Amino acid sequence: MHSDSPSVGIVTPQTARFDTPLKLRSGAVLPRYELVYETYGELNADKSNAILICHALSGNHHVAGRHSEQDKYPGWWDNMIGPGKPIDTQRFFVIGVNNLGGCHGSTGPSSLDPETGKPYGANFPLVTVDDWVETQARLADSLGIQQFAAIVGGSLGGMQVLQWSITHPDRVRHCLVIAAAPKLTAQNIAFNDVARQAILTDPDFHGGDFYAHGVTPKRGLRLARMLGHITYLSDDVMGAKFGRILRSGAFQFGYDVEFEIESYLRYQGDKFAASFDANTYLLMTKALDYFDPTHHYESGHLSEALKPAKANFLVISFTTDWRFAPERSREIVKALLDNERNVSYAEITSTHGHDAFLMVDPYYHEVVRGYMANIELGGAA
Amino acid sequence: MNALANPGQRADFETIAEWIRPGAKVLDLGCGDGTLLKYLKDARGTFGYGVEIADEKIQACVRNGINAIQSDLESGLSTFESNSFDYVILSQTLQAMRHTEAIVREMLRVGREAIVTFPNFGHWSHRLQVLGGRMPVSRDLPYQWYDTPNIHLCTLKDFESFCAGQNVRILERTVMHRGGRADFLPNLFGSLAVYRLERLA
Repeated sequence: MHSDSPSVGIVTPQTARFDTPLKLRSGAVLPRYELVYETYGELNADKSNAILICHALSGNHHVAGRHSEQDKYPGWWDNMIGPGKPIDTQRFFVIGVNNLGGCHGSTGPSSLDPETGKPYGANFPLVTVDDWVETQARLADSLGIQQFAAIVGGSLGGMQVLQWSITHPDRVRHCLVIAAAPKLTAQNIAFNDVARQAILTDPDFHGGDFYAHGVTPKRGLRLARMLGHITYLSDDVMGAKFGRILRSGAFQFGYDVEFEIESYLRYQGDKFAASFDANTYLLMTKALDYFDPTHHYESGHLSEALKPAKANFLVISFTTDWRFAPERSREIVKALLDNERNVSYAEITSTHGHDAFLMVDPYYHEVVRGYMANIELGGAA
Repeated sequence: MNALANPGQRADFETIAEWIRPGAKVLDLGCGDGTLLKYLKDARGTFGYGVEIADEKIQACVRNGINAIQSDLESGLSTFESNSFDYVILSQTLQAMRHTEAIVREMLRVGREAIVTFPNFGHWSHRLQVLGGRMPVSRDLPYQWYDTPNIHLCTLKDFESFCAGQNVRILERTVMHRGGRADFLPNLFGSLAVYRLERLA
């Protein structure tokens, strides 16, 4: 038994099947699909204590706890969610879901297309944040949840939270938008495109239908992840962690791993390339690039886009996050202020860059804990 | 101890509440743990936000259910639209601000009116200590010269001539001492000044 901290314990993923065709933003239609999800805690009698966790680029439904006693690591946000934790599963019913297009059990490019009996591969349509919100709402319907007490997400997850508040203002009372942005900058899209190019130009990619060839575009996916990883850390934390340390203490005058940072990045890249689907990575980065809640509005003002939102908001950013910088979170805050929504904003001093949202920081966790503790349950409107 | 349990702890709060129209929209700069905003919400049904820089105070506001934005007042109020608040309040913070002129200008850009409170350096006890050759230390200025956050202390007269120079009209003034009004020779017997301001067109 892992006794490092209170945990939700052993959890079992569940699968929800949807046979109502889903018209996607791209115009494509998915006749049927499955979403894999996990739940922690108990749904109360009037179903007013449900929390939805939206995941980021490489996340999934396995948010907290372990699938078996033998699991080395718990779910990706286990430090945030569990009994007595900032998002307390003794009080809330928490749902983690793998987004459509994912590669951890929900229908995605690596799933078998029932029409052909083969993996969708290149035939899987591109999905957007709006599409995810629609599928998450359908999952909520199937669980009998009319309104979430809160929807919580970091990074790309935070974008989903924003979209929820706009598309379904009556279905969410509180929004926790963490290390997010109202839309990506050109620089951010540029990083995503280099990552995609690494995958798309890998000879093992086969136009997205690599499954049939018994290979995976590992080299491309590895490079994409290495690049991404650099941008999720800060210069400071990389310097502090790795500096210019050499593995063998001396130059080898070759191209093998010499610096510790090379070793770390290659290890992270290899690990990711062995476990993640390249098509899902492409699709997730496109969803990031496309997200822009202002696109319906001629003015392009976020304030206008957020006008329908009714929820109360907690917005959080991290000082050294340069991929989703505090300035971007402040744009969200400003748009909410313009609309006279209840909003609090915490800017967490951290050395960890974008990754800080996944880490334990006393101030960060206490703000979330304090906010969650104030959420009223029962008699939900 | 919950700071909200004792709303009378800051003498200026009651005066501020008396001035504020019911249901007004207020912005409290340097809002601390949100005590004033909570007090105004309960007493006047206001809606509003606090601005605070300190982590532990933002944490307290969030815990107390008060809207709080973590930001450095010295860098201005660019997150807030012009004329978007009925009142912008700066309670006992002016004297600790580096950019005094800028913050008053910003307050009157964002708010239709501003409410400013500060300790009166002209109180007789402070004058007496200076005459005695020492920097004043009092109930209202409880710091030593070397550890004080108060870098821009002023008297009522100083503040009023400052307002005249900044094109700021004083709408109302209440001078207090130990929770009561100090109407007789206020610059000598008042320890806490509360002003309501608007900008001259």
